[in-house]
Amino acid sequence: MNAIPETPLLSVRDLRVHFSLPGKGLFGKPRTLKAVDGVDFDLFPGETLGIVGESGCGKSTLGRAILQLIPPTAGQVVWLGKDIVGTRDRDLQPLRRDLQIIFQDPLASLNPRMTIGEIIAEPLVTHKADLGKAEIRNRVKTMMARVGLLPQMINRYPHEFSGGQCQRIGIARAMILEPKLIVCDEPVSALDVSIQAQIVNLLQDLQRDFGLSMLFISHDLSVVRHICQRILVLYLGNVMELADRDTIYAAPKHPYTKALISAVPIPDPELERSKERIVLKGDLPSPINPPSGCVFRTRCPFAKEKCATDIPMIETLGPSHQVACHFHGRM
Amino acid sequence: MFNKSRNATALEKSGPVEEFEGRSLWHDARIRLFRNKAAVGSMIILAIIALMAIFAPMLSPFEYDEIDWGYIQEGPNWENGHIFGTDGNGRDLFIRILYGARVSLAVGLLATAVSLVIGVTYGAIAGYFGGRIDNIMMRFVDVMYSLPFMFFVIMLMVVFGRNIFLIFVALGAVEWLTMARIVRGQTLSIRRREFIEAAHATGVSSFKIIFRHVIPNVLGPVIVYMTLTIPQVILTESFLSFLGLGVQEPLTSWGVLISEGAKVIEASTWMLVYPAIFLALTLFCFNFIGDGLRDALDPKDR
Amino acid sequence: MSQHILTVDNLTTRFATPDGEVEAVNAVSFHIDPGETLGVVGESGSGKTQIFMSVMGLLSKNGKASGSVRYKDAEILNLAPAKLNKIRGVTMSMIFQDPMTSLNPFLKISKQMTEVLVEHRGYSEEKALKHAVNMLDRVGIPGAAQRVHMYPHEFSGGMRQRVMIAMALLCDPEVLIADEPTTALDVTVQAQILDLLRDLKKDFNTAIVMITHDLGVVAGLCDRVMVMYGGRVVETGNVRDIFYDSHHPYTEGLLKSMPRIDRAHEQKMYAIPGQPPNLQNLPSGCAYQERCDYVQNRCTQSRPVLYDIAQGRASACFREVGE
Repeated sequence: MNAIPETPLLSVRDLRVHFSLPGKGLFGKPRTLKAVDGVDFDLFPGETLGIVGESGCGKSTLGRAILQLIPPTAGQVVWLGKDIVGTRDRDLQPLRRDLQIIFQDPLASLNPRMTIGEIIAEPLVTHKADLGKAEIRNRVKTMMARVGLLPQMINRYPHEFSGGQCQRIGIARAMILEPKLIVCDEPVSALDVSIQAQIVNLLQDLQRDFGLSMLFISHDLSVVRHICQRILVLYLGNVMELADRDTIYAAPKHPYTKALISAVPIPDPELERSKERIVLKGDLPSPINPPSGCVFRTRCPFAKEKCATDIPMIETLGPSHQVACHFHGRM
Repeated sequence: MFNKSRNATALEKSGPVEEFEGRSLWHDARIRLFRNKAAVGSMIILAIIALMAIFAPMLSPFEYDEIDWGYIQEGPNWENGHIFGTDGNGRDLFIRILYGARVSLAVGLLATAVSLVIGVTYGAIAGYFGGRIDNIMMRFVDVMYSLPFMFFVIMLMVVFGRNIFLIFVALGAVEWLTMARIVRGQTLSIRRREFIEAAHATGVSSFKIIFRHVIPNVLGPVIVYMTLTIPQVILTESFLSFLGLGVQEPLTSWGVLISEGAKVIEASTWMLVYPAIFLALTLFCFNFIGDGLRDALDPKDR
Repeated sequence: MSQHILTVDNLTTRFATPDGEVEAVNAVSFHIDPGETLGVVGESGSGKTQIFMSVMGLLSKNGKASGSVRYKDAEILNLAPAKLNKIRGVTMSMIFQDPMTSLNPFLKISKQMTEVLVEHRGYSEEKALKHAVNMLDRVGIPGAAQRVHMYPHEFSGGMRQRVMIAMALLCDPEVLIADEPTTALDVTVQAQILDLLRDLKKDFNTAIVMITHDLGVVAGLCDRVMVMYGGRVVETGNVRDIFYDSHHPYTEGLLKSMPRIDRAHEQKMYAIPGQPPNLQNLPSGCAYQERCDYVQNRCTQSRPVLYDIAQGRASACFREVGE
């Protein structure tokens, strides 16, 4: 692995996204859903950071809050040294060129009434309209070839493509302005197994060739292990653990990380049947009414009294290892 | 399941250099629409009626306001040329029905077009921006809805006098309300789709998102509703004419003709029957086309 | 050797679509023995679900199944719904990826569960309710006696899937068909459900058919595996053979392309090239030819059939028959 440069491209500081919901009943007090509740991390140029967690942990909200698609409630998103939280839409315009997103559902992320040429060209038309039609079309075709689509398909419509090809179209649209950061929101979860690897390889190639940074949001820890250099584990909007890949898979310190890793089935009958499993009890608690103290304590097999009263602080264990657990030392 | 055709993969390996033309969803819908016999038949009938209305003067030796003193309120007669008979003033009913068609169809199309432009823009803006803007805009629609329509029309007539142009305005001003509600509802669901988010993330302006991404995707239900609005407007115009608030003599519309025919239904049935046939046929046709379009645009619901 | 519970012979399922006829399942044969777990693996469109929709008489209106499906000795394919109802839900139950599609949102769980028992077993309401509560308790729903009176939307996704499993098990079926039961769930909840299925298998000796695209799930749960591609079975065998000695190039590719949590990072993942086949437009010859690393001339000309390799082990590839 290359040495990571010192200045981060993106720094997220104590980011919070709260949604207010109407109260129960006619006169109920409005309730607050804390989707993201105090997240800190840095992202360095050329790096891929994995954000993992179960549904409802706030990982997609976090990705969108960083792109200012959902306004954060509090905290900072520092992009190239400048806090962009609260910037007006119009002033965000030049930043959007560098920040792109790829979605989970490949077909739903493409406008069904537009040809794929129009879809991929849209960022160019928006930001570099002075290029002229012919040049834009040229660049679209080059990008199509780059992501593994036949350029002569340019006049076709999204419904004429398979899921994997639609995801390539989404990637081409995100790449056409050569952004610095791409937020990948579960980009392979909706794809067939045999297509997932193609898309993962494509993303890695593009990252290498263009020097991209990526935030790879996923619930699939085996894909994340493959593509990410560092991994952030999220639970109910809170960071549980943040570490580089080899550390987190070899020696996870947070009980939630351990359970998550042990729950992923291994496609090998002997290993799968003999491995040690930590099966968590119950379901994810409601983010409207999260547990006191440590948010994970209701499902934690090692929870003690302290966990119900004290919120665990994030402790730094090594140069790139942080964990939020009172008893990480005993893990 | 398996409704979707995925021929792109099949074409991939042949790989010639020329560009493939895609089959847009509109194109697919058109094919499905033309497979619907009732809709195609209706389109043909409507086209014939429309052509007859346009070329009316060439189809009959009579003028619509010409009084034939020899045949006052006479029944259909092929020999004297009054194939549908004449009315109480001795005017040829056939040519009057065709001139009536001009007014009725024009009112239907223009009022619908007015409601389309206002309703789609208004609904899309309200639905896309949501929140307070949506609240204010839709409460205004609610207020408009609660105004009694007849009262509104009579007021207009009193203030501005009887005028065919006013009928367009009055009808359009009422019909756009429903259109705005439909479009707003559709926009609310489209707005949450990921391709809108993708456009937003790219920095496309709200105005362009509405016109490039939202409106083309709500047009399906809008077109269906439009084909159902046209007959509704024609019917309302007929109703207004029936009440004596419609077009002015000697100009006529189907509603006026039916109203006149109804008064003499016992003595001269033909004066009611022929315009009624044209009106009913037109309404049927629009409804069939609306049905056909709904099936064509929403293949999942079949 | 025990008698098979379910024997499927030469099952073919066709769908009439506006763009022509599509063969979703083509000449599929297999059987299920008491207490065993069969994994059916394939991608979307491989026909894995449609096999069991045909078996259960749940095909959509434009679908038509032919061939033979026998429950013990009785032919059940295309049986009238009234007769089929004596089997489905009683001796054969099916659970789906999205439990909400098979739960009535307007009825309490108690009503939905007792209905089956009153109908098929002739239980009294009271006895049926007691049985239902026991079953919910068995699948790990805390406070079953109270929660039985709740509506489906009051349960979380994992709990709903448990309710579905409890409902499927009410009449003590011999076969439980699970169609991607954990795909929509989180990994930690998936682990709970898989544990539950393992326990049930042990306690009730229920035969389970696990339809899935996840080879990891198959590895942990199944005894035998059937791999589907383009509407056909391409390989069958017991779970160890499939994972450690796969014969068909597709099985091999699938295993190689799975990202694995237990392996350190590799430079590049192996990826099967190309796209999944379009059932409307299958090539002549082998459906996998365009993506296969071992493709030969004859693969494009004729279609390989399932060649037996050993007892209960077959692969549909010309490599089995040599030159």
